[in-house]
Amino acid sequence: MKRRTFLATSALALGLAGTAFAQDKVKVGFIYVGPVNDGGWSQHHHESAMVMKEHFGDAIDLVEQESVPEGADTERALTQMALSGCDIVFATSFGFMDPTINVAKKFPKVKFEHATGYKRAENVSTYSARFYEGRAVQGLLAGRMTQSNVIGYIGSFPIPEVIRGIDSAFIHARKVNPDVQFKVVWANTWFDPAKEADAATALINQGADVILQHTDSTAPHAAAEKAGNVYTFGQAADMAEYAPKPRISSIIDNWAPYYIERVQAVIDGTWESTDTWGGIASGMVKIGEISDAVPAEIRDEALALEESISSGAYHPFTGPLNKQDGSVWLAEGEVADDGTLAGLNFYVEGLSGEVPK
Amino acid sequence: MDLSAIDPVILIASLMVASTPILLAATGELIVEKSGVLNLGVEGMMITGAICGFAASVQTGSPALGFLAAMVGGAALSMIFGLLTQVLMSNQVATGLALTLFGLGLSALIGQGYAGMKPPPTRPLDLGVLSDLPVIGKIVFSHDAMVYVSLALVALVWAFLRYTRAGLILRAVGESHEAAHALGYKVVRIRLMAIGFGGAMAGLGGAYLSLIRVPQWTEGMTAGAGWIALALVVFASWRPWRLLLGAYLFGGITVLQLNLQAAGVAVPAEFLSATPYLVTILVLVLMSADRSRAALHAPADLGKTFHASS
Repeated sequence: MKRRTFLATSALALGLAGTAFAQDKVKVGFIYVGPVNDGGWSQHHHESAMVMKEHFGDAIDLVEQESVPEGADTERALTQMALSGCDIVFATSFGFMDPTINVAKKFPKVKFEHATGYKRAENVSTYSARFYEGRAVQGLLAGRMTQSNVIGYIGSFPIPEVIRGIDSAFIHARKVNPDVQFKVVWANTWFDPAKEADAATALINQGADVILQHTDSTAPHAAAEKAGNVYTFGQAADMAEYAPKPRISSIIDNWAPYYIERVQAVIDGTWESTDTWGGIASGMVKIGEISDAVPAEIRDEALALEESISSGAYHPFTGPLNKQDGSVWLAEGEVADDGTLAGLNFYVEGLSGEVPK
Repeated sequence: MDLSAIDPVILIASLMVASTPILLAATGELIVEKSGVLNLGVEGMMITGAICGFAASVQTGSPALGFLAAMVGGAALSMIFGLLTQVLMSNQVATGLALTLFGLGLSALIGQGYAGMKPPPTRPLDLGVLSDLPVIGKIVFSHDAMVYVSLALVALVWAFLRYTRAGLILRAVGESHEAAHALGYKVVRIRLMAIGFGGAMAGLGGAYLSLIRVPQWTEGMTAGAGWIALALVVFASWRPWRLLLGAYLFGGITVLQLNLQAAGVAVPAEFLSATPYLVTILVLVLMSADRSRAALHAPADLGKTFHASS
């Protein structure tokens, strides 16, 4: 074959492929940081993706990749998805942020959606949930339920999302129980059941009788159950298999409506790069059922708080609030703006320890 | 910072539990390496044992049967390694690495459907008055049976290697397989038995994770424990009692790190998770600095392929 004919043929072939591609079903890709059966974060993204798939039925193709490590492998997984013809790819972990931006540059026609990040581009949207609204309710329950006044908190990585959660939970625990202390342990992982169990055990050994977690497995619940009188909260998923004790409530992520909306936008050709931050009001954050282990009046108090956040009457970060060093953050009645919250990197007054750098 | 929040008694007690999986796996690997075989597949055998044990105990409701199934599972996987390296004479390092990757995949496959389940609980042994003793009771007499089994196994392995004829033969095979062969010992058969023992112990260690320490099944739950067990054997310079010390040291670092954090002391977690390996490298350097002493410790024929014709 002469070079010219070859070029012409391949151009034709490419053109054909292009048309075929355009008529093709919309292909949606998902990558997850953990296995889709982790019982928490990744599982919930996966289940929301399944609801989305059910909604569209045969109108779309769905590809998923689980247990994608954050880092170089992320770029590989994303590139693979883009090359395989995905029209929109959801990257569902904070650590996928930079790889998503990098890959998005190479594939300007593919739409990317990054969960919980703060970097956007022409073809990269970000979406997140106001988990701190749920943390406020957890903090209230924790502050009311603790006997030892020591509350353990298993953090994953010191990123704004996690710090917001710690601050919000602490503010609302202190509000109902001025003697409460928080002990924070950083597990430096989203998902490592052995380490999460060890972290929970270490906290329990040091007197914590309520454990909040921002890691994805149910291992801390198992550790709490073994230890006896310790309460826990489901994270990302309901984790109802540990109810009514130790799990007394949970924060549930509900991504399905968002996924349906965004994929619909791709189908309609109306997709635009946006920044979505949904909370209890929009249904993206749900509070799991408060179990019978919680006395009725405390449950009512928690539900009232949930209601006031949902209606917009109350914002969990309302002044007066001081930073950890005692300097003023929010004056009386002042409400934190989203910009500050998105990059929140400090503890509020009363929390001990330092945010790791 | 409030160091007084850390109760040393509870710390030591939880350190023993945290160390048991790597202690079990390392005890098995010690025997394997003493016979002159380097099996880098510990991680794969551990995780296979973890899911086999978990699945069996969920199905039967008996933790004891679970541990038994874990030993069978780990040993079965190790026999693949045994067949490849001893009969087909493949490279031990490459085969061991492949075994780890295979084990991780296989366990994930078997484990489909077991995520989120709860295994039947294993209660601490009831040792009556002993458990109520101050300090000692909490540290020594408040654990589940497997902790004591792991300690007993270390003692047994030590006695086996030091005092029995079979132990002597095993060591001879590891030191010089040709000499052992010339004396009429079945080198391949002995090594296969050692590999099988190593696999069973690794499986037991994995099951301890999935049945007692965590206790639940999740993919990749060993999270590098098998590699620490391998490093531990070298750290212990192939001696059982040093193995025990090393296991508590390595396992203790994890527990201590979390406890320090909870008490408000900021320690870089990355540094601490690298510590076992750093210490092992240090020990290797110290050992190789003194050639005459090093020769006493590492089995001379470690990792070498044997065929009766050579």
